[in-house]
Amino acid sequence: MNQHKKQQSHPLDGLLRTDRIPHIWCPGCGIGTAFSSCLIAMKESGIDLKKTVMVSGIGCSGRGAGYANLDSYHTTHGRAIPFATGMKLANPELNVVVFSGDGDLFAIGGNHFIHAARRNVDLTIVCVNNFNYGMTGGQVAATTPLGAKTTTTPVGNPEPAFNLPLLAYASGATYVARWTILHTRDLTDCIEEAFLRRGFSFIEVLAPCPVNYGRRNKEKPLDTLRIYQEQTIIKNDAHPSELDIDFNRGVILGKFVDVERPTCSERYDDTCRPKELLEEEKAA
Amino acid sequence: MNPAVLTGEHFMTGDVACAEGALAAGCRFFGGYPITPATEIAEHISARMPEVGGTFIQMEDEIAAMASVIGGSCAGVKSMTATSGPGFSLMMENIGLAICTETPCVVANVQRAGPSTGLPTQGAQGDMLQARWGSHGHYEIIALAPSSPQETFYQTIRAFNLSETYRMPVLIMTDEMVGHLSERVVIPKAKTIKSVSRPRPKGRKDRFKPFEPGPNGVPPMAIAGEGYNIHVTGLTHDEMGYPDMTVEAQDKMMARLVGKVRRNLDDIISTEGYRLEDAEIVIVSYGVSARTSLAAVEEARDQGIKAGLLKLNTVWPFPEDQIRRLSERVKGFVTVEINLGQIHLEVERCACGKVPALLAGHPGGTIIPPDQVIETLKEGF
Ligand SMILES: Cc1ncc(C[n+]2csc(CCOP(=O)(O)OP(=O)(O)O)c2C)c(N)n1
Ligand code: SF4
Ligand SMILES: [Mg+2]
Repeated sequence: MNQHKKQQSHPLDGLLRTDRIPHIWCPGCGIGTAFSSCLIAMKESGIDLKKTVMVSGIGCSGRGAGYANLDSYHTTHGRAIPFATGMKLANPELNVVVFSGDGDLFAIGGNHFIHAARRNVDLTIVCVNNFNYGMTGGQVAATTPLGAKTTTTPVGNPEPAFNLPLLAYASGATYVARWTILHTRDLTDCIEEAFLRRGFSFIEVLAPCPVNYGRRNKEKPLDTLRIYQEQTIIKNDAHPSELDIDFNRGVILGKFVDVERPTCSERYDDTCRPKELLEEEKAA
Repeated sequence: MNPAVLTGEHFMTGDVACAEGALAAGCRFFGGYPITPATEIAEHISARMPEVGGTFIQMEDEIAAMASVIGGSCAGVKSMTATSGPGFSLMMENIGLAICTETPCVVANVQRAGPSTGLPTQGAQGDMLQARWGSHGHYEIIALAPSSPQETFYQTIRAFNLSETYRMPVLIMTDEMVGHLSERVVIPKAKTIKSVSRPRPKGRKDRFKPFEPGPNGVPPMAIAGEGYNIHVTGLTHDEMGYPDMTVEAQDKMMARLVGKVRRNLDDIISTEGYRLEDAEIVIVSYGVSARTSLAAVEEARDQGIKAGLLKLNTVWPFPEDQIRRLSERVKGFVTVEINLGQIHLEVERCACGKVPALLAGHPGGTIIPPDQVIETLKEGF
């Protein structure tokens, strides 16, 4: 009996809502791996979990918040970042992590992303980029590679995709990294590093959606992982303009930006708050 | 540095009174986006928030403003936003999120004439049904309508108190005329202002069910960072807050969301009667139109018509019973509002064909002159 119990425990048990398992993710889906990296990073970073909040938008990736045994908020499609912004500014003591999908954060929510980066809101954004809208059955996204097939681009995608790290960098993000779910150690390390620093951090995680994206693009789950291994190049500090995703040419992974800039709350206090009030607060 | 409650006599606009009412009620987070004729609320509060220890942020659009307000409130801070028609439209989806997640927050809509960009600088009351039904799905909402800057001050405080009591968004449906009108506003002493905060959980954290209702149907609210590890979702959910995609869960959640308003109508609904005792014709109005209606009642009485006014301070939930009871004894109703018949439809519904219900309306851009009300009275009755 005890033996049985032991076998069933999982290193993340405390951080997972085990009463909500089984989860909704398909076999072979990459979201679970990205999600556990995120939780492991949280645990290893030693940040106060009681003060840590996960916010998600809508999508398969957006279900993340629902499985984290933290204060967790599953909001509306595209609006995780402004929700998280309000939360962080209202209580700067909270560690706020946004875990959501590429469609959620960069199509419907793209405007919020660039503004939160510009303001340097102290948030950690983990984006699962599976190149399509998984939840709604595999439609084209702002990240779908040119020519790829989806249910709304049945003969191939006529539009080019966003280079997300470049967008993040250009918008003012102070930490930018990209990994695949095959590179879990590096991914976890980067997420951990992001948790431990101030400012707007962005981590893109390339992840397979075998059910909707892989299937339509003649990629078996294992093929995708092989591509992640063979067609990627680790190049820390690569310039964000080199980071377009084209697996034929090779996709660059690594940590690209890590700079310090005053955060949104710091600048607000410095610029807007009466000095007497800040002194009063300090004294208290 | 000014205090949060600016006790004293002032000459201020309805918009400024709204901002001051919010601060007096304990609002410490405002996520906004500029739009005429609501901009002055954001402008005023942007200067005041930092000195009372709160935070103002101008977000990138009204969708973000509304989302930030819900986030701020979930972090435990009384939060609000203010807008007008086009921005109100953009806020609708997240107003639904606040309903479903039972997040207290306040939204002021300083109405201007629509549809679309309409008459940006001219007032109307055309968003009253949008206030009621603008977000998708079926729900109950609370909406208040002030007629003066002084009322705006008090109704803003009341909006916060209701939103905290019932854990839901409360709308202040003011209008350009009241928003831009400067009048005397008396702000009382801070300690005389009744300020309500959301019910809070007690007892063991590991046994806490975030959506288990308290005695008045409202669940105590845990806020982020307290260690309750709550889950909050806009999906249909059970008492743990966990998604539950069954018809039974939908039934149960909806019964509670709707029930907490319907069971507390006496507390939520506020109306004022003027010369109603012997009235044969009841004018129903709210916001700026209630002021012109008051003049119309006097004029009608001078002309020998027994008119009275029912002024709706709370527009939603609609005071159905009051209209039903009146319809038993009066000759008819005239609804006065700056639209082409919105609250009018409610009055008509509640009068139930027993007596005529007429409209003195206008598509927006101007107030409804008392003459028009008198004309409607005379033609109709
Ligand atoms: C306002 C709104 N529009 C559309 C939808 C439908 N919808 C749900 S998830 C989704 C796309 C999610 O894509 P992504 O963020 O990439 O997540 P994934 O499922 O791929 O992890 C869409 C369009 C919605 N829920 N809300
Ligand atoms: S549809 Fe795709 S993204 Fe969604 S759970 Fe299945 S594999 Fe994952
Ligand atoms: Mg996706």
